[in-house]
Amino acid sequence: MYVYDDYDHAIIEDRVNQFRDQTNRYFDGKLSEEEFLPLRLQNGLYVQRMAPMLRVAVPYGMLASNQLRKLAEIARKYDKGYAHFSTRQNVQFNWPELADVPEILAELATVEMHAVQTSGNCIRNTTTDQFAGVCHGEIEDPRPYCEIIRQWSTFHPEFAFLPRKFKIAVNANTLSDRSATDVHDISLHLVKNDAGETGFRVVAGGGLGRTPIIGSTIREYLPAEDLLTYLDAIIRVYNQKGNRLNKYKARIKILVKALTPEVFAELVEEEWSHIKDSDSKLTPELIEKMKSYFTEPAYEALSDNNEAFEAKLAESKGFANWVKRNVAEHKKPGYAVATLAIKRPGHAPGDVTDLQLEKIADLADKYSFGEARTTHEQNIVLADVKKSDLYAIWEEAKEAGFATPNLGLLTDMICCPGGDYCALANAKSIPVADEIMRRFDDIDYLHDLGDIDLNISGCMNACGHHHVGNIGILGVDKKGEEFYQISLGGDSGKITDTAIGKILGPSFKRDEVVNVLDKILNIYVEHRQDDELFIDTFNRIGMSTFKERVYAKAN
Amino acid sequence: MPKLIKNRSVVEDDFVLIKEFNEGDAVPAGKIILPVQVYLDQRAELAGRDDVAVWLESDQPAELLKEIADEVAFLAVNFPKFADGRGYSYARLIRERFNYTGELRAIGDVLLDQLHFMARCGFDSFAVREDRDAEEALKAFEAFRYSYQGANDDPSPLFRKRLG
Repeated sequence: MYVYDDYDHAIIEDRVNQFRDQTNRYFDGKLSEEEFLPLRLQNGLYVQRMAPMLRVAVPYGMLASNQLRKLAEIARKYDKGYAHFSTRQNVQFNWPELADVPEILAELATVEMHAVQTSGNCIRNTTTDQFAGVCHGEIEDPRPYCEIIRQWSTFHPEFAFLPRKFKIAVNANTLSDRSATDVHDISLHLVKNDAGETGFRVVAGGGLGRTPIIGSTIREYLPAEDLLTYLDAIIRVYNQKGNRLNKYKARIKILVKALTPEVFAELVEEEWSHIKDSDSKLTPELIEKMKSYFTEPAYEALSDNNEAFEAKLAESKGFANWVKRNVAEHKKPGYAVATLAIKRPGHAPGDVTDLQLEKIADLADKYSFGEARTTHEQNIVLADVKKSDLYAIWEEAKEAGFATPNLGLLTDMICCPGGDYCALANAKSIPVADEIMRRFDDIDYLHDLGDIDLNISGCMNACGHHHVGNIGILGVDKKGEEFYQISLGGDSGKITDTAIGKILGPSFKRDEVVNVLDKILNIYVEHRQDDELFIDTFNRIGMSTFKERVYAKAN
Repeated sequence: MPKLIKNRSVVEDDFVLIKEFNEGDAVPAGKIILPVQVYLDQRAELAGRDDVAVWLESDQPAELLKEIADEVAFLAVNFPKFADGRGYSYARLIRERFNYTGELRAIGDVLLDQLHFMARCGFDSFAVREDRDAEEALKAFEAFRYSYQGANDDPSPLFRKRLG
């Protein structure tokens, strides 16, 4: 994991003091509401329906156990005892007092954390695969590049006031894409060229929101050392030419589409030709130095066959189910990647209590070299556990409520905070998630259904990524009443075939949603061939079969 | 007289900003900052004056300044709203692409909390909005001891310094 040096500490300390001064000037009336707004947003501070919401950055999802404990302490001291993991791997507090925020930031700084640029029209936290560095099929560990991007983007003086927010994701895996990479403003895919050198395929102009668009490749191969100058060139073009009159047309995806990806790429290349050899060009020494922060932990030489583990698998169906769904293969023999499922009925997806945060820290210390990771699907990963420890982890996780073996299944939903918390939402999303969780609580049925991404957003801004859910649910407002539009066929898990879902038809009242979902699942079960996944059945039989049945008049 | 931050101190600004210019008007005498298009339209007559500066609106391309940068008193870039960040890229192009070394002034919605970024991008004078305390705004330049990325004020990114 990256460790701060004196420079990093100084920069974050200076930021805390700057924000303290800004907050004081706001309270003194020297900063207007409008002027304070982008300053607090760039420190992750929203003003929501109930109270301010503070979003803390978790760079590319990495958390050390002392950071988890600090988050727990903050949840207790300044919030109502819980925190929320977002779909962009960050952590949110829903109830802090504005006047306390400088102090919270100061406390976060003591454990090398901050809220820099977690909101506002600037470059946001860079996200990546939660299995980075431990999974098969990886070109290289993407995290050194994520950290290089984090530092470059932090207080980038030219890009603090972009037309709109700007999100970058990095994927290094050739087998699957766990971070919905191609629906980001820029997505970087690590690749090797014919000479075996590392570089990036650069994709620009993806995004969700009102106009979901899959990004376009603007450069097939960018040498790794040119990473920052090329990003500078892309964003410099966007900063000058992006739409600043209409915020719904301000994302880079609209610019790339309007210019065409080819023309946009030409503009970027032209700009880049002037700056590619500047001092911002990376050096092999820097890349090596950054890689040294993400070396392998002290793995033991283990056999991949662990008899005790195999015996427990045969003995306990519950354990076997959990392993099947929530444990992934690790690149090292005898190790595994365990995901703690933190979604359960009665709790908003992504919510954890202070005690749960501390429990995660304890599990990380005991079993996974003191580190944990947050995921795009709002779960927590222990990335380096021994297979021989899995049974003990399962038992402890079960006790803490983290062991629902539903990873990737219907009830492992992505869900935004929705109308219960968010001022933008048209409709509530958490109660819908809750109803779904309660209705579909038969774990054997869920396992039988297999992998289904169900994503729920409370409005067009699509924070719940409904467009790329195999089943997407979008809250809409019809004359003051909450309705829900359902889409099918979205897919974000594939490297080259990210797909945006299509709308099933007219929207439904909230109390109809669960029944409609039930019908959709029944149609799938009737039509699937062998072990076919929901998305594959849908792609084979098409929308019409679903549409006819769901909207058939009862007779 | 309005206040101006120049060379990190507050001075009186004796240039008059011509915000609007109607076609057919005579260009006033004295120290003025003209809209760049007005200057370009009357370049032949104005080129000899050393008391005429020009300003660029945020929706105009920085390229308009390229040819005339060295014949005007100085260049200014307008920030119609502080959240309109185009001027930051313009400043870098003016400095780094056009190699302009004269005074580059930020005008418009110029506020304390943006000065650090403006200075890093190449602005060296700042017409702080008149209802704000320019003296207090000076502390913006002390906000950060270090920066990660290279910019106009210091092209060398922190990673190069760390590697020694």
